[in-house]
Amino acid sequence: MGDKLKRRAFVRKIVEGTASVVMLSVCGPMRSLVGASEEAEAPAYDATKHYYGMGVQIDKCIGCGRCADACKSENNVPREPFYFRTWVERYVIDNEREVHVDSPGGGIHGFPPPATEEDVLRSFFVPKLCNHCDHPPCVQVCPVGATFKTQDGVVLVDQDYCVGCRYCIQACPYGARYLHPEKHTADKCTFCYHRITKGMLPACVEVCPTQARVFGEIKGRSSPLHRLMKMEEIQVLKPELNTEPKVLYTKLDGEVR
Amino acid sequence: MSFLRGRLGRSKVDSSKQAVGGNSPVKKRNLSIGKVPDQAVRIGTVFILAIGAAVALRQHFIPESFGELGHYRANAIPVIAGAKLHYAGWQKCGECHEDQLNKKMGGFHKALSCETCHGPAYDHAVVDPTDTEATPKIPRNREFCLTCHSYLPSRPTGFPQIIELQHNPMEPCVKCHNPHDPAAQAEAPACSGCHGEIARTKAISHHSLLRCETCHATPPEHKENPRQNLPKKPTNREFCGQCHAEGTPTSGTLLGVDLSTREIPKVDLATHGNTYLCWQCHYPHDPEGK
Amino acid sequence: MQAHFAELAALANQISGFIYPNEIELQWSILIVIYPYLTGLVAGAFILASLEKVFNVKELQPTYRLALLCAMSFLIVAPMPLQAHLGHPERSLEMFLTPNGNSAMAMFGFVYMWYLMLVLLLEIWFDFRADMVRWSQQSKGLKSLFYKVLALGSTDISEEAIAFDHKAVYAITVVGIPSAFILHGYVGFIFGSIKANPWWSSVLIPIVFLFSAIVSGIAMILLIYYVSSLVRGQQPKMPCLDKLASFLLYALILDFSLESLDFIHRLYESEESIHILSELIVSKLFLSLTIVQIMLGTILPLLMLAVSRYSRLPAELKRIVYVISAMLIQVGIFSTRWNVVIGGQLFSKSLRGLTAYKLEMGGQEGLLAAIGFLILPFLIFLLLIRILPPWEDEKETVAAAIEA
Repeated sequence: MGDKLKRRAFVRKIVEGTASVVMLSVCGPMRSLVGASEEAEAPAYDATKHYYGMGVQIDKCIGCGRCADACKSENNVPREPFYFRTWVERYVIDNEREVHVDSPGGGIHGFPPPATEEDVLRSFFVPKLCNHCDHPPCVQVCPVGATFKTQDGVVLVDQDYCVGCRYCIQACPYGARYLHPEKHTADKCTFCYHRITKGMLPACVEVCPTQARVFGEIKGRSSPLHRLMKMEEIQVLKPELNTEPKVLYTKLDGEVR
Repeated sequence: MSFLRGRLGRSKVDSSKQAVGGNSPVKKRNLSIGKVPDQAVRIGTVFILAIGAAVALRQHFIPESFGELGHYRANAIPVIAGAKLHYAGWQKCGECHEDQLNKKMGGFHKALSCETCHGPAYDHAVVDPTDTEATPKIPRNREFCLTCHSYLPSRPTGFPQIIELQHNPMEPCVKCHNPHDPAAQAEAPACSGCHGEIARTKAISHHSLLRCETCHATPPEHKENPRQNLPKKPTNREFCGQCHAEGTPTSGTLLGVDLSTREIPKVDLATHGNTYLCWQCHYPHDPEGK
Repeated sequence: MQAHFAELAALANQISGFIYPNEIELQWSILIVIYPYLTGLVAGAFILASLEKVFNVKELQPTYRLALLCAMSFLIVAPMPLQAHLGHPERSLEMFLTPNGNSAMAMFGFVYMWYLMLVLLLEIWFDFRADMVRWSQQSKGLKSLFYKVLALGSTDISEEAIAFDHKAVYAITVVGIPSAFILHGYVGFIFGSIKANPWWSSVLIPIVFLFSAIVSGIAMILLIYYVSSLVRGQQPKMPCLDKLASFLLYALILDFSLESLDFIHRLYESEESIHILSELIVSKLFLSLTIVQIMLGTILPLLMLAVSRYSRLPAELKRIVYVISAMLIQVGIFSTRWNVVIGGQLFSKSLRGLTAYKLEMGGQEGLLAAIGFLILPFLIFLLLIRILPPWEDEKETVAAAIEA
């Protein structure tokens, strides 16, 4: 198994390497190939010693929307209901196996009773956010290198460098990005990078009343997330797109897209 | 558009002039290099200069930290990591409000962060506790509690929910429940202390009036050493048949339930459900029924 | 800002089914529709010009220089709507400073520069050099200086020098054909490589883009040739028009076959996305896809061209049919671009609902701005033919005059 994975990673490296060499030969040498791991943050925080992910336990989410609300407060996301770094969706599958999904105002003000209550076969809430993909399509398409994956595995946007072409918004399969109406640059969840680098939890995790969200190290440390990955069956959103999300869901229904 | 037409005539005149005058013997500078003719050298030089200038300018304008860690500006990271905090974290609240925190830690809201209800408190807890504008809010209205506790079929079974119109309508929740220690009004604390999720599911089900012990004979030692002294579970269809088989009483009381208050669904045990046991189709803690 | 929010709130009412909350705002507007339309015209016009040079299609000679200048005018305007659409237009040069080697969009900048600089400019320069030298010699003062600067000071119009020019033009055209294919194929790749979007994600998209580009380019040259001849008071040459119409017909058949293949393939494979895409086609795209693109923009001109090309209609009638077909094709190809760019954003990536797009009149991304970007290349074209008159008949007269 380990060998197979290694082989796959190796093959991918070769494929990616060849592709970028071909493309690079068009535009000449670039400094990006220098992969120096110099410290850019405060000396107290060492990005190379972390690799973050988030677990979302569907069967614990009560759809209160506190996460989406806290996210907007913590990150100054415009309050208008067109811009979300995280939101909650409600799935109602009725007895005809028809799927009804809604997310009024991103779930920030909770949910009204569903219209189809009599026929509910099963129903649940699904919190959504940027999946901080290990193989992020948004980073792949950004023409200028304004969105990137950090050493600790978080996908960020450089607000002072983004040209606002919105190719990344088109490339994100999860609808996790939007164009900030004032900054005119792409914007998205940062895992509350300003909090986690200080040892705090992301705001959505901090306020979740049922611990439906579990934040932590994704690589072999004893942490709540690690335990979740050990004890539960883990699914990710749209695995067929090979984006390799680092937001891991438990009890994820097959209807969720 | 007239120039389109005019062009033809004018150039005719021009060219005839030239034809008369012939090629004037002006000295021409020829830049040809070997077999490369003059004009190719000229255009080549222009292109090389243009490309050279573009490459030189490009080096000059690339941001300084670009490429240090990857194909991006490394300097963007400290900017993002330096964003302003709004949520302080419950540990910070506990530094001053130890009593409330301790009380909360012993109750059903133990997993709840202070700021889930009181809102972002960094400015109050860290920046300036005396700033009254930053003082966190205390939500006292019923609607706020109902954000989590109103009944929705999408919520996980077992999560405490009320049907708003049936549960003391219009009364503020805080009248009866202390938000820092909201005691659940469960009927059998001994069981629900550990099996709260099942107890709460059952509490809003058709089996709400049945005691846990009715179906699960429980040795007293279970409370001290639960795994070694498991409660019993029903083993056959006849057990459920005590109430649900045809021919069982429809009036009076049965297993402590007053039958005049509800109609119990009855089935023919011999034919209903083939060889399946009852709980293979029905969930006894929340059985669907008429 | 508030007006923008009000617009979005109005759009939110037009949504059917479920969309991700961030999807209410449609990101790529009509300006991004214009961009592939313009680059398509560039590639198509150039490929037509190449037919004359490389494959020696003599009938098309009157259109060669027209096609080159036309390609140039459209190429100059092509990046403008992109620029106008950026959130931070002042940062656009970053695409050349720190291009991401993995990004199709970043690489497009280089393909564009390559095509503009090394193919079109060079080819036009070599093709017009001898003329520029002559114009410089025949005129006086500023005008003479202007052409002298344009010719980069070269004065050699000896037979060898002109022979070298011809060779250079031939070589550049040979390089230019694959470059034109890359230019527009790459535009297709920008869309076709987005795996998140099932409407775009298809290997056929670059090829479909390419053939629709050829179709639109030939149709545009046909129109320009026809109109410019009329304006100059000349009868457009019928063999030339016939040849253009033939090529237009072949390209249209290929284009339509490829698009049908793509369509049938999707329908037959019937993947997860087929439900929402079917809904899209029969509702929000019905007018622009079924009626305008397929019926008016493809099938009707296809029939008209086929009938008029191979029947014995009088020349006047034929010309009119060709011109009407070419105009219908322009409308059809524009709606093709619309259906790709806007259509690809009219459904949610949750595949559970349809979003909405409202075309504004004014504003940076409105209809008026779009019309401006569509008129601008023609103004540039008028300027270019004034600077570099491309008329072949004139060249002949000039040559004749020199001989005499």
